[in-house]
Amino acid sequence: MKHETIPAPAAPGEGLRIHTVTVKKVIWETDDTFTLQLDLGEMGETFSFLPGQFNMLYVFGLGEAAISISSDASQGGTLAHTIHRVGTVTSGLAQVKRGDVIGLRGPFGASWPITAARGKDVCIVAGGIGLAPLRPVMYAMLRERTAFERIILLYGARSPLDLLYRVELEEWAKEHNVEVLVTVDRGDSSWKGYIGVVTSLFSYIKLDARATVGYVCGPETMMKYTIDEMERRGLAEDQIYLSMERNMKCAVGFCGHCQYGPEFICKDGPVFTLPRIRHLLDKKEL
Amino acid sequence: MYIIDSTELQNLLEELISRGYLLIGPTVRSGAIVYDSIRSVDDLPRGIGDEQQPSRYRLRRRDDAMFFGFVVGPVSWKKFLYPPRLTMFKAAKAGRGFTITPGRTENPPKKAFFGVRPCELSGILMQDQVFTAGTYVDRPYKAARDNAFIVAVNCTVTGGNCFCASMGTGPGATKGFDIALTEVMGGGKHYFVASGGTPRGEEVLEAVPHRDATEPENKSALDAVSRAAKSLTKKMDVRDLPQVLKDNFEHPRWDDVAGRCLACTNCTMVCPTCFCSTVEDSTDLTGMHAERDRRWDSCFTMDFTKVAGGNIRPSIRARYRQWMTHKLSNWMDQFGTLGCVGCGRCITWCPSGIDITAEVDAIRGNGVHE
Amino acid sequence: MQTENLAEILRQHPFLAGLSDSHMQVLIDCASNVRFAEGARLIQEGEIANKFYLVRTGRIALETDVNARGKIRIQTVGPGDVLGWSWLISPFRWHFNALAVAEVRAVTLDGECLRKKCEQDHDFGYEMLSRFSHVMERRLEATRMQLLDLYTIPPGAQA
Repeated sequence: MKHETIPAPAAPGEGLRIHTVTVKKVIWETDDTFTLQLDLGEMGETFSFLPGQFNMLYVFGLGEAAISISSDASQGGTLAHTIHRVGTVTSGLAQVKRGDVIGLRGPFGASWPITAARGKDVCIVAGGIGLAPLRPVMYAMLRERTAFERIILLYGARSPLDLLYRVELEEWAKEHNVEVLVTVDRGDSSWKGYIGVVTSLFSYIKLDARATVGYVCGPETMMKYTIDEMERRGLAEDQIYLSMERNMKCAVGFCGHCQYGPEFICKDGPVFTLPRIRHLLDKKEL
Repeated sequence: MYIIDSTELQNLLEELISRGYLLIGPTVRSGAIVYDSIRSVDDLPRGIGDEQQPSRYRLRRRDDAMFFGFVVGPVSWKKFLYPPRLTMFKAAKAGRGFTITPGRTENPPKKAFFGVRPCELSGILMQDQVFTAGTYVDRPYKAARDNAFIVAVNCTVTGGNCFCASMGTGPGATKGFDIALTEVMGGGKHYFVASGGTPRGEEVLEAVPHRDATEPENKSALDAVSRAAKSLTKKMDVRDLPQVLKDNFEHPRWDDVAGRCLACTNCTMVCPTCFCSTVEDSTDLTGMHAERDRRWDSCFTMDFTKVAGGNIRPSIRARYRQWMTHKLSNWMDQFGTLGCVGCGRCITWCPSGIDITAEVDAIRGNGVHE
Repeated sequence: MQTENLAEILRQHPFLAGLSDSHMQVLIDCASNVRFAEGARLIQEGEIANKFYLVRTGRIALETDVNARGKIRIQTVGPGDVLGWSWLISPFRWHFNALAVAEVRAVTLDGECLRKKCEQDHDFGYEMLSRFSHVMERRLEATRMQLLDLYTIPPGAQA
């Protein structure tokens, strides 16, 4: 049940030092979600991350927000973060333009265990912004497509306008032999795709339970239903991984905000194996 | 073991001052015994005792001249190693970007903590685990800690809310000190039995007037500490406590305590092991300069668990439960020990008088499992 | 031949898994293969419901017209799903429109005919009701999840 460990910080005190990075590009994915492409500059020479990890992004004078990295881990020097504008800091990030400088420290957290999936089928289930921390997993697997068997992506969003990375979704399906099923909670008459909760997509794929690894990321309720569905289809609990979220201030296990039972989401997570936290999932107000 | 007579205690303080230590010790302020800078034995609360009950703290005159005839007050040593407010960095706009100047944490002034109780010492060791034993090290904490000299005082009187013996943290200290003192008073005699816990502690003791302790004197010190242990009125049943709390996540007692808890955060402020913090980012009026401060926080605050969808623990019930289960259950998973030292401060300073030992009993007593 | 082909198709459809041979025969007698081109309408809201569909391939969207907001699609059904139970429940009228959003192959079953068979043979009726109850339960659970609108941040709950 061990999953890939957190890489040790580059130098003592590294985890707490804010680096300045430049905004290369701002892409608006939906009306409240945007992707910042960052040029790491000097920092790019030593920065590396694993899929599932996050950075603390700093807006001068406003504060920091914990944002998952959603770019290709093999591309040093450029980083992308897809951000949902929900509060003070993310609203500040929503106003940056090309050439602006923001602060960054990281990477933090436990990553998706891609080596555990080698030689197996991979079933990725993403809800809403949950696709953002999973995109680096897809990039990593597609770089070595033959190391994995079937790659299935089940992705749900609120409406067609809220879908992220639409061009890439098509590309993955058409050019990389990924089974991509996309659903929305409601559509209009121009939407010809699936409509319904993301778990309903399981009816349209057949999983080989003994040889499938599941990665799940999205609202907690959606993840619980997804886990039920995966187990109903025979996946063993130690083959299922999920990414949890809690309030974060320090990202290094000192401030105490991100505790989830005994787990610190910032360093024991955010990615967890199901057995490790399943006893916590049903606890209300934990 | 050495003997330092009560009239010679001043030498110990002066020796530490001459070695460049800023002395911090117990002293009376605003009706309480707090830890603050001291320079002489006259600053110590000699002949003063304290009365502590749930939600009650009063000083009183003792009928003797004991230097340490009291237990712990509202201030713990935590504030000197992990300050309530700390500037982490200052930033200034520069072109389209900004520069960051980290707050000064290197080489803080050397401090000698004079009068650290065994429970408090355990608290310091627990915070060492939190801040220095993991992948990341809190540098301000480590710098302050490395520059702290500890003179522990074993307890020979106990407070109404103390339960150190249950937690294995007192009333006598066994490790972690540079010097340990036990105050012995009786039969017309008043002296301290002193031992060095580190080479530098030994060195300081060698440098002050002292003599070797006799067997009976050693025994008097040990007996005084034993008697203190027996005089404790509170107990916490720690048998299998982490699992008991895990098994009782929905125990009705949580509703009961929720009706009494005000979420005032006093307990987390006075607790020597509580370590939660938050950060505050601010700018000046021009918007050209920014600062980030770290300050103590408490899991009892409403917004402690704020995420995009709302607060994870909106009810006081959930927040009280979080505090108690973190301290007495999750801490074991995280750091390998229970997180409570039995100092009783949370009981004394709770305006509702909530007693954590009684809460543990109540949860055990009903035996209701989920 | 047509009947055997239908029998095979029905036997393989997940909705009918485990159905006895005799009950299967009842269904076969009321079944026929259908195909709908993309864009074709299968169901018209308000009309009498006297059939249901076992979907084999393709995708059908359930749509309703909301006055100022236009046509909203709230559900799709696909291969292996069943569409329509209003034929079983009074007043036997459709509550939504259904359109093929991709070419659909399905088996359609005569609801009026089957309703009579349910009344005559209560064992068969029970089979039908319990299977549909199961589908309704799953659909209700899924609809509740959609109702929770989990991907939206409630106003005032911002970090």
